[in-house]
Amino acid sequence: MNRIRIIRDVKLGVKSLMLHKLRSLLTMLGVVFGVGSVVAMLSIGEGASRQALAEIRKLGANNILINAMKPEDDSRPGRSGRTVMSVYGLLYTDEQRLKESFPSITSTAPAKILRREARLGEHTTEVRIVGTTPEWFSLVQRPLIAGRYLNALDQQTSANVCVLAELVARKLLAGHHTIGQNVRIGGDYFTVVGIIRNETASSGGVQTPDQPVDAYIPLATGRALFGDINTQRKTGQFIRERVELHQIIAQVDKIENVQATATAVKAMLERFHKQEDYKLAIPLALLRQAEETQRIFSIVLGSIAGISLLVGGIGIMNIMLASVTERTREIGIRRAIGAQRKQIILQFLIETMVLSIAGGLVGLGLGLLIPLAITYFASMPTVVTAWSLILSLSISAFVGIVFGLYPAYRAAMLDPIVALRHE
Amino acid sequence: MIQTVLQSSSHDHADSDAAPEAVIQLQQVHKRYPMGRECVHALRGVDLEFNRGSFWAIMGASGSGKSTMLNLLGCLDRPSEGRLLIEGRDTAKLNDNELSDLRLRRLGFIFQSFNLIPQLTVRENIEMPLYYLGWEPADSAVRAGELAAMVDLGNRLDHRPAELSGGQQQRVAIARSLANDPAIILADEPTGNLDTATGEAIMDMLKNLHAQGRTIIMVTHEPDIAEHASHRLHMRDGEVDRIEC
Repeated sequence: MNRIRIIRDVKLGVKSLMLHKLRSLLTMLGVVFGVGSVVAMLSIGEGASRQALAEIRKLGANNILINAMKPEDDSRPGRSGRTVMSVYGLLYTDEQRLKESFPSITSTAPAKILRREARLGEHTTEVRIVGTTPEWFSLVQRPLIAGRYLNALDQQTSANVCVLAELVARKLLAGHHTIGQNVRIGGDYFTVVGIIRNETASSGGVQTPDQPVDAYIPLATGRALFGDINTQRKTGQFIRERVELHQIIAQVDKIENVQATATAVKAMLERFHKQEDYKLAIPLALLRQAEETQRIFSIVLGSIAGISLLVGGIGIMNIMLASVTERTREIGIRRAIGAQRKQIILQFLIETMVLSIAGGLVGLGLGLLIPLAITYFASMPTVVTAWSLILSLSISAFVGIVFGLYPAYRAAMLDPIVALRHE
Repeated sequence: MIQTVLQSSSHDHADSDAAPEAVIQLQQVHKRYPMGRECVHALRGVDLEFNRGSFWAIMGASGSGKSTMLNLLGCLDRPSEGRLLIEGRDTAKLNDNELSDLRLRRLGFIFQSFNLIPQLTVRENIEMPLYYLGWEPADSAVRAGELAAMVDLGNRLDHRPAELSGGQQQRVAIARSLANDPAIILADEPTGNLDTATGEAIMDMLKNLHAQGRTIIMVTHEPDIAEHASHRLHMRDGEVDRIEC
C-alpha cells in the first residue's frame, strides 16, 4: 500500500514538472552535466592511475634497482688528444655483499652494459649488451617468444650465447630461422638461444631494466670478452671508463621490507663507495607516490566536477523556489483541505528528487559516453568504476534533498490564509 | 442521486436532528493581528453557538470581521483570546497538525474563486481530501466518480478545471468539499463569481446538503443569496450586530 502511495506521489510530481517541460528540462541539465562530468572525470583519473600503476609494476614492486651513475665532478672533458679515464660504478663485491649480508634480499641480478653493433649477414643494428646472470630473468619477468633464457651452465662455461629482445631479433633475423643463428656482436660471435618480449616503460624518471635493443649474454662471457674497461672514441679524444657493473637488481622477500632494505643498502653503499656513483630507485616508493598523486588528482578532478553538480543543485533550488511562489495558491488549497506541513514538504521534495535523480540518470549515461569518446579520440585510457556511478548517483539524490528542502520548507511554512488569498 | 450518496455517507448525523446540539461554540472570542505597525482588532468578544444541521449566512461590510470569523471557524487560524470549540474541541489548544487533521476530517471548504488545482483533472481534484485521508487509489476513484455524478459532472471526470464553466467548477469544488463527508461546510461567497442563474443552482445544491443534515456556514454580502439560509448573522466592527432567523 505504501509503495502504491509513493508511486502515486512520484507520478503527481512528474505531472507537475511536465507542466513546464522546457523549464524542468533546463533545470535538469545542471545535474546532467554535473553527474556526467563527475563520472567522466573519475574515469579519466582512474584510467591514468591504472596506467601509471601498471607501468610501475613492470619495474617490479618487490625490487630495488641500483644504477651506476657517473659522478658529476669526474665528467669534465679531457684535453684534445689526451685520454681521460674515469672509474666509477657498482662493483662485483657490491653484489656479493647484497646477496650475503641482507637476509631480506632473496635474489640479485647484476648487469654489465655495453653498446655494440650486432650483425647477421647484411643486417646490422646497434644493441645494448647486458651481461648478466640467469637470475635476471626471474627478477625481470618477460615472456619467451622462442628458445630459452640464459642458464647456470652458460654462466659456468662462459658460453658465447645470447638472448635477444624481440626488436633486435626482428632486425637481424628477419626471414631467418631464429634460434641457433650465430650473431656477431662487437668482435665476437654469439649463438642465439632465446628471444624475449620486452615490456619497457618509464615512470617517475625510472626506466624498466630492460630495453627493446637488448642482447643478454652471460656475465662471465661479458667479463672475459670485453673486460671492465670500456673505451669510446669521440672526436679527437678517447673516453675510457672502468665500470664493473652498471646495474644491480635486488629482490626483497616481502613488500613491507622494501623500504627498510633500501635504506640499509644505501647505508652499505655509502660506506664502501668514496663517491656517490650509484643511485637507488625503488619502484614501490614510486608506486606509493604515484598512488598518492593519482588520489589527489582524482580528488581535484572530482571536486571540480562536484562544483558543477553544486551549480546544478542551486539551479534546482532556484526553480523550485519560483515554483513554490507560483503555486502558493495550490499550497493554500491543500493546507485548507487538511494537508499537514510535512505532506507539503514531501510533495515538493519529491519533485526536486524526481528532477535530480532523472538528471542523475541521464548524466550517468553521459558520463559513460564521454570516457568512451575520450578513449577513442585521444587514446587516453579511461576506467568507469562501479563506485563512481554509485557515488555520483547518490550525490545527485543528495543534491535533490539538500536543495529541495529549503523551497519545500518555505512552501510548508506559508500561512494558509495568506496563501489562499495569493493571486 | 444526491439522496443516496449523502445518506450513505452521513448516516452519523441522522440521529442528531431531534435535539439541537451546538457543533461550534464561540465564547468571548477576540482576534487581533498585526498589520504594519498597528494591531487590528478584528473580532471583539463574540459569543455564538452554531447548532448542528443549521444553515447560516454571515453578512457584513468589508472589515466587519466576517472573513476573520470564517478563518477561525475553518480552523485556518486560532483565536487570540476566548474559546472556540468545534465539536467540543478547543481550537486554541490544538497544534498545526491537529488543526490540519480537524480540517481534513470534519470540515469542507467552498471558495468564491473555486480554488481547484489547475494541473489536476476533475477526478484528481475531488480525490484530494481522500488522498490526505490515506484512501486506497481504487476506492477514492470510485468515490470521486460518485461525487462527480452527484453534481452532474460524471462525464467530465478527466477534464481540467480550465475546460469547465464557472458553475461547473464550483460544482467540482462542492464535490471536493463533500469527499471527506464533513460535519460542517464553510462557504466563502460561493456565488460571488457566478451569474445569478448559476448562483441559484449552486444555492439549491447547498440547500439540499442542508436538508441532508449538514451544518453550513456561508459568508455573503448578497441579501437575496442570504435569504436561502435559516439564520442570518450580521456583523459590524468585529461584533455581532444582529441575528435573523
